[in-house]
Amino acid sequence: MSWIAKIGRVGRIVEPADDAPATTVAPPTGVGGSLQLRHVDAGSCNGCELEIAGAFCSVYDAERFGARIVASPRHADGLIATGVVTRNMHQPLLNTLKAVPEPRVVIAVGDCACNGGAFARGYGVVGSVADVIPVDVEIPGCPPTPAQIIAALRTVTGR
Amino acid sequence: MSTTTGLAALATLLQVVAVVAAAPLLVGGMRQVRARLEGRAGGGIGQPWRDLRKLLRKQQITPAGTTVVFGFAPAVVAGTTLLIAAILPLIALGSPLDPAADLFGVVGLLFLGTVALTLAGLDTGTAFGGMGSSREITIAALVEPTIVLAVFALSIPGHSANLAAIVSATADHPGQLVSPGSLLAFVALAIVIIAETGRLPVDNPSTHLELTMIHEAMVLEYSGPKLALVEWASGMRLTVLLGLIANLFLPWGIAGADPSMLAILIGLVAISVKIALLAGVLATVEIFIAKLRYFRIPELLAGSFLLALLAVTASYFFATPTN
Amino acid sequence: MTTALPDSPTVPALDKALPAARRAHAQAVASGSVTAALGVLGVALGLSAVFGAPRHLRIGWLLPLVGVIFDLGPLGGFFVAATGAVSIAVGIYAVGYAQREHWARFPLVMLPLFVAAMLLVPAAGSVTTFLLAWELMAAASLVLVLSEHHRAQVRSAGAFYAVMTQLGFAAILLALVVLSAAGGGDAFATIAAGSGGISGGTRTAVLLLTLMGFGSKAGLLPLHAWLPRAHPEAPSPVSALMSAAMVNMGIYGLIRIDLQILGPGPHWWGLTLMVFGALSAVFGVLQASVATDLKRLLAYSTTENMGLVTLALGAATLLSSYGARQVAAMAMTAALLLILAHAAFKTLAFLGAGSVLAATGLRDLDKLGGLARRMPGTTVMFGIAALGASGLPLGAGFVGEWLLLQSLIHSPHENNTLLALTMPLSVGAVALTTGLGIAAMVKAFGVGFLARPRSAAAQAAREAPTSMMAGMALAAAACGVFAVAPAALGPLLKQVLAALPTVGGNEAGPALGAYLRLPGIPGSMSPGLIAVALVVAVLLALGLGRWGLRHRPAAAVVPLWACGADSLSSKMQYTATSFAEPLQRVFDNVLKPETDVEVTHFAESQYLVEKVTYRTLQADPLEQRLYTPVVRAVTTWAQWVRRAHPGSVHLYLAYGALGLLIVLVISR
Repeated sequence: MSWIAKIGRVGRIVEPADDAPATTVAPPTGVGGSLQLRHVDAGSCNGCELEIAGAFCSVYDAERFGARIVASPRHADGLIATGVVTRNMHQPLLNTLKAVPEPRVVIAVGDCACNGGAFARGYGVVGSVADVIPVDVEIPGCPPTPAQIIAALRTVTGR
Repeated sequence: MSTTTGLAALATLLQVVAVVAAAPLLVGGMRQVRARLEGRAGGGIGQPWRDLRKLLRKQQITPAGTTVVFGFAPAVVAGTTLLIAAILPLIALGSPLDPAADLFGVVGLLFLGTVALTLAGLDTGTAFGGMGSSREITIAALVEPTIVLAVFALSIPGHSANLAAIVSATADHPGQLVSPGSLLAFVALAIVIIAETGRLPVDNPSTHLELTMIHEAMVLEYSGPKLALVEWASGMRLTVLLGLIANLFLPWGIAGADPSMLAILIGLVAISVKIALLAGVLATVEIFIAKLRYFRIPELLAGSFLLALLAVTASYFFATPTN
Repeated sequence: MTTALPDSPTVPALDKALPAARRAHAQAVASGSVTAALGVLGVALGLSAVFGAPRHLRIGWLLPLVGVIFDLGPLGGFFVAATGAVSIAVGIYAVGYAQREHWARFPLVMLPLFVAAMLLVPAAGSVTTFLLAWELMAAASLVLVLSEHHRAQVRSAGAFYAVMTQLGFAAILLALVVLSAAGGGDAFATIAAGSGGISGGTRTAVLLLTLMGFGSKAGLLPLHAWLPRAHPEAPSPVSALMSAAMVNMGIYGLIRIDLQILGPGPHWWGLTLMVFGALSAVFGVLQASVATDLKRLLAYSTTENMGLVTLALGAATLLSSYGARQVAAMAMTAALLLILAHAAFKTLAFLGAGSVLAATGLRDLDKLGGLARRMPGTTVMFGIAALGASGLPLGAGFVGEWLLLQSLIHSPHENNTLLALTMPLSVGAVALTTGLGIAAMVKAFGVGFLARPRSAAAQAAREAPTSMMAGMALAAAACGVFAVAPAALGPLLKQVLAALPTVGGNEAGPALGAYLRLPGIPGSMSPGLIAVALVVAVLLALGLGRWGLRHRPAAAVVPLWACGADSLSSKMQYTATSFAEPLQRVFDNVLKPETDVEVTHFAESQYLVEKVTYRTLQADPLEQRLYTPVVRAVTTWAQWVRRAHPGSVHLYLAYGALGLLIVLVISR
């Protein structure tokens, strides 16, 4: 049971939270502090995915602000979309958004999702996420840091 | 009649209300324990309540092709759990429903809830729904012998399977708690509760990988208010089952069959403390174990069946004459 | 009513079709109503025998030398009433079913005859009458099983059933003849009076032979293999009669001969009954949980329930032989309740399966589905039957199982190693049976009726006609009564129990009122109150779900979540085979399924695969391991005996003369 000793030794590793930023998007349904998101990779290089995974890990801990990644869009309040929208993912992205119950938000993470980024004029590309579905929050960066992602999430959760 | 049965009925009502209110807090508390042990801050004990309130305000979606089975299953699961909360002696012993259902009846009601959700999973007509239902019902089928034998083992000291009799027999003769039969029954019942409520190592409640899901896969199509009911019912199941095992093996603090107001309050505090402790221990143990591969679960359940069988046989052969 | 159609070659056929359809309708109505009327007669006669004085009737001229004796007491009356009740529902149902399935005249005539034969068996009062009625019942059922004899599977199932039924009859014949010789008479009353003088060896022989014969009829292991073959191939009303009424006759034989007439026996009698019962229950339900043919699933479920009944009978016998008469009375009551509940929900289940078969032509669960929207009435009916078969609260089978478990856990175990070891194992067996039964019924209902249709035939299903729904509704009403108000059966069970003194009959059984109370033991249950409380709790849960209603956007119906794909085809749903696959894997050693994978390569290259065929077959492993060697041995022995039949008439005349001489010498 050296793990218990290790837990005691390491203690808390999460970064201290900054003050809550102003809410730019009203939390869906009006209940603050609860945001479940379904991640959709519309055609990304996985750089933003790694940063999102970092944002939900022990060091940055997005869960303390009420955000959580869920498996099914039916359980979600919105989508967190990464990557430029490729031809093959165009319809699935639309279908995924249709499966999310109202009221819903869409968060676009990374330069590719916001404005096409490095792949804007590729032959297999339909456009950025904003070209395909209405986006509520944009997080620019290639890739954005976990701190930036969390700050953007907090503008929705209000916590 | 008079105020005594009135207070017992009040205690039962208080049980149901307390379970409804405390279930999300319990889930939040377990998540907090896990978060703190992982070095994180966690969302707070109130996070599941915030999630529930939000879910109740979302759009009600009916997937095309489903029937009333899908629509009513969350209410049936929650209803059976509420009924179990009313039958079990959590705060006080003299529930008016106690002569109507004994521990076998409670087990039956638990399975009724499981069956409702399983049928809902099949009703969606998706591959994941069927997969979750198939796995859930296999585990339920294999867990039933253990749970019934554990009930058998528990009913031996009190000569009855009615819950008030079992709990008062344990409260009157605390010595038999350290008998081999009792200890084996405790371990068997603990494994059963882990399997029934879908906790590690049988099922990971926070997994995102559909191929590792058992309970989650059945509810992938639920959204909004129905999802709120399903998650609430899951939390309530965990609460009542932890309360059951707490009062079966640590019955001190429970109010008697005709309680006073003070005894009821003491009972409420006692059961809250016991459930919180058990939940904390469960959450801590979960940090150290990984989910079992699905086809190892029957081996775990067979082992628990053997423990329960030994519990009964040990109770027979080492029986201390009680009355 | 002839319309003048120009030169249409079908006009003359139309002319004949209408009166033919009306004739078929009239015949079906006649057959169904006679069956139902016989059922009403049976119920009336049975109940009058239970609550009134036993009836006795002797018709001396019907059979030479011994005559025909009818002796209807409370026990026989119980079974006559149960059979009658099943026949009422089946008769009403058969009116519509026979027309839908275009039955010929012969099965329509045989159906009431079958019911009449079944009503005669419990009423028989002597060995010869019993055997006569038994063979009548077996012959009528065989004819009905072969109704669709133009299909090869029906013929093979019929042959299998005929052989096993006759083997069982041979065992029963031997047992009853030995009993009659030892008991000193032909009438049951005479034998019962003289049963004290029968030696232990004779009693053992009679017990073993009756266990074989009656056990086979009841569908107990190991002579059960005819059940899953014959029941699916028979027309559904006949399957319902066979499963819900005819198998009860096997149990009746066991109770009447072994428990009532032969009287109290040594401890191992009860133990044997318990062992066979437990094995039948577990094996039957295991096969049911992996079966994909709906009617085969229900047939194996019959084996399971009869196993549970036999377990209860064995427990009653064993406990009573150790002097625990109160607990034995509880176990016996449980057995009787299980018989009645099984009759109700099995009838309903088979009638529902028949409705599905008539609407879709399918029995295969892997091809059904989506029937909830197309046949809502049948779905509700089958749901009630499935709930009853699973032994859950609010189901018809819950009270019987609860009583059985209570009797097993309250058995006296001080200084009694045998009881201390068998009771926990029996409880484990009953619990495993219940668990697997839940899995089987969830599969049958969920895969067969919910979600979307898996084939065109299931898509084209339409609801059953009114008479079929009426028959099912009757059986469903009976299920409902057993589920929430078993108190209605209290007086009936008390009377029957009083007729069985060797299994605790002279003790008070459990009190069946608004609360079921156990005699002298702390334990009570109230299924009605649980039902009411559950309805209240579900309403409360629905109320909880309405919290926050005013904040919600408008509700919507949306397509299924297909993980981003555009739609889900109906082939992507779980089938019955896939649903049961984890259970099949867990119990692989017992079930031994045969799987075969065949890979076809392209002619041009062995590296490229053109198609892969996967076949899986779940046969009955007992049949393969027990029956095949026996059949092989019998065939070898028959080949050897053939050598004595060279074809010479002189030799055959000599055999005949020798045989006659031997008979004359013995009978001197």
